Amino acid sequence: MAETTRDAVASGERVPTVIADDLHIVYRVVAGRQKGNATAALRRIVKRQPSGRVREVHAVRGVSFTAYRGEAIGLIGSNGSGKSTLLRAIAGLLPPESGKVYTDGQPSLLGVNAALMNDLTGERNVVLGGLAMGMSREQIKQRYQGIVDFSGINEKGDFITLPMRTYSSGMAARLRFSIAAAKDHDVLMIDEALATGDKKFQKRSEARIRELRTEAGTVFLVSHRNRSIRDTCDRVLWLEKGELVMDGPTDEVLRAYEAETSA
Amino acid sequence: MSETTHERATSAAPPGSGEHLSAAELAARHGLTVSGARPSLPQYVRQLWGRRHFILAFSQAKLTAQYSQAKMGQIWQVLTPLLNAFVYFLIFGLLLQGRGGMNNAEYVPFLVIGVFLFTFTQQSVMSGVKAIPGNLGLVRALHFPRASLPLSFVLQQLQQLLYSTVVILVVLIGFGHYPGWTWLLVIPALALQLVFNSGLALVFARWGAAVPDLAQLMPFVLRTVMYASGVLFPIQMVAEKADAPGWLADIMLLNPISVFMELVRHATITDGPHHGDLSGYFWLFAAGYALLAFVGGFLYFWKAEERYGRG
Repeated sequence: MAETTRDAVASGERVPTVIADDLHIVYRVVAGRQKGNATAALRRIVKRQPSGRVREVHAVRGVSFTAYRGEAIGLIGSNGSGKSTLLRAIAGLLPPESGKVYTDGQPSLLGVNAALMNDLTGERNVVLGGLAMGMSREQIKQRYQGIVDFSGINEKGDFITLPMRTYSSGMAARLRFSIAAAKDHDVLMIDEALATGDKKFQKRSEARIRELRTEAGTVFLVSHRNRSIRDTCDRVLWLEKGELVMDGPTDEVLRAYEAETSA
Repeated sequence: MSETTHERATSAAPPGSGEHLSAAELAARHGLTVSGARPSLPQYVRQLWGRRHFILAFSQAKLTAQYSQAKMGQIWQVLTPLLNAFVYFLIFGLLLQGRGGMNNAEYVPFLVIGVFLFTFTQQSVMSGVKAIPGNLGLVRALHFPRASLPLSFVLQQLQQLLYSTVVILVVLIGFGHYPGWTWLLVIPALALQLVFNSGLALVFARWGAAVPDLAQLMPFVLRTVMYASGVLFPIQMVAEKADAPGWLADIMLLNPISVFMELVRHATITDGPHHGDLSGYFWLFAAGYALLAFVGGFLYFWKAEERYGRG
């Protein structure tokens, strides 16, 4: 499948889909204990500055790269190295402190967890999640059965009409993935805390990710398992402390990364 | 961490191909756009309209989720505001005798309408303040015009108010006010208040996104507004007691909160001595407030669209 996309690319000029230009991302976090009363709040507002307690976390520091159509790019690095932050910035969900991200169309993150509500039935969550991702009511109606079947929620009885809080954690994770994976994307970004559920479901979801890959123009994959990066990606970005340590073909970068982490 | 020793030892490969174009030029050549840039106003309105189903579904979902853990479930939608009004009746109606010479038949509907309509605006403001900070997960995970959130929460409050109107209806009829043609005026009055509240929620959503501490401060501000707007007692009575000049009471009566309340009260309580004719100016003011708040609030919120979700 990767070959066909590569052929298309080889025939002409390589078409960029995502360009990051000296990108910096800074989180501002209100940290530590704080006087929580109204007068303290008023003082902070009058000063127009959330004083003192705000700490800055410089999560991405000057990352530049260009991604092309047909590429599948893996992002690796230790915990807190800025991988997920970088993905969110590409999706336009986190405003950059400085630098720019240019994209072709609207990149989307695979995930709808935040839109779903545990107190609602699985049924309503499918609709709510679909709408939150920007699907129309008709699209959701068409894909509803597919989503439910894929999740396998109803294999053990009519669970889809029960509130999600009654689900086991595995069942809930399966439904969330099924909803998220129901939409097609131009530039798709996958943060791989997705490998949930039982063996059977993992197999099914990996297959679905491969399917999404072929439909999408460019795929970004964050993963801590080198095997799944090797299986899916032809190029890897290695981030450490928010900086791009290495950018190159999968084998090369993974070899350097493995040498580093095993040391 | 062991990585520190290895900082940048294997230097990064040069990104992209051999072309000597700057990132901006390359992007322009292939028609790439800046990710997360603010859409133009017409685009924004179109995107928002495209999300209308989400806005409605999200508000209904929030409303359902609100009391789903309670044993009595959705009955609390009606019971909560009713109990609220009852407490105010005990304190202001009976204990403090702050009813300005109204008998129960006039005062109780006066109070219930005041409390419910004020709650509508109050909750719209509060949910506006929390719209972005309370949904950071959503804002950081999915793409949608951010105005969907405050608007959705105002719709949630409207549905809450519709439950409350059941109580208002019972109270009105219980105290001998029977439906007449003037009752229809309640619909445009509430519609205008809805538009006004939406604008207010948008303004406070931007403020709340910048300074989440507003959520702590606003209850005090709103309570002050409540006492100054004649929710629980007639403004004229207080002004007379305090020997304030008459024009001051008139100005206080024209604040947006009391304008919407007075419109609904005069439309439904038709035979009390305190509820005779209402100047037509009130409708003008209501429409003006609604328009001003919504247009201003929408533009103000849109101006910061690309910045929501930070911090």
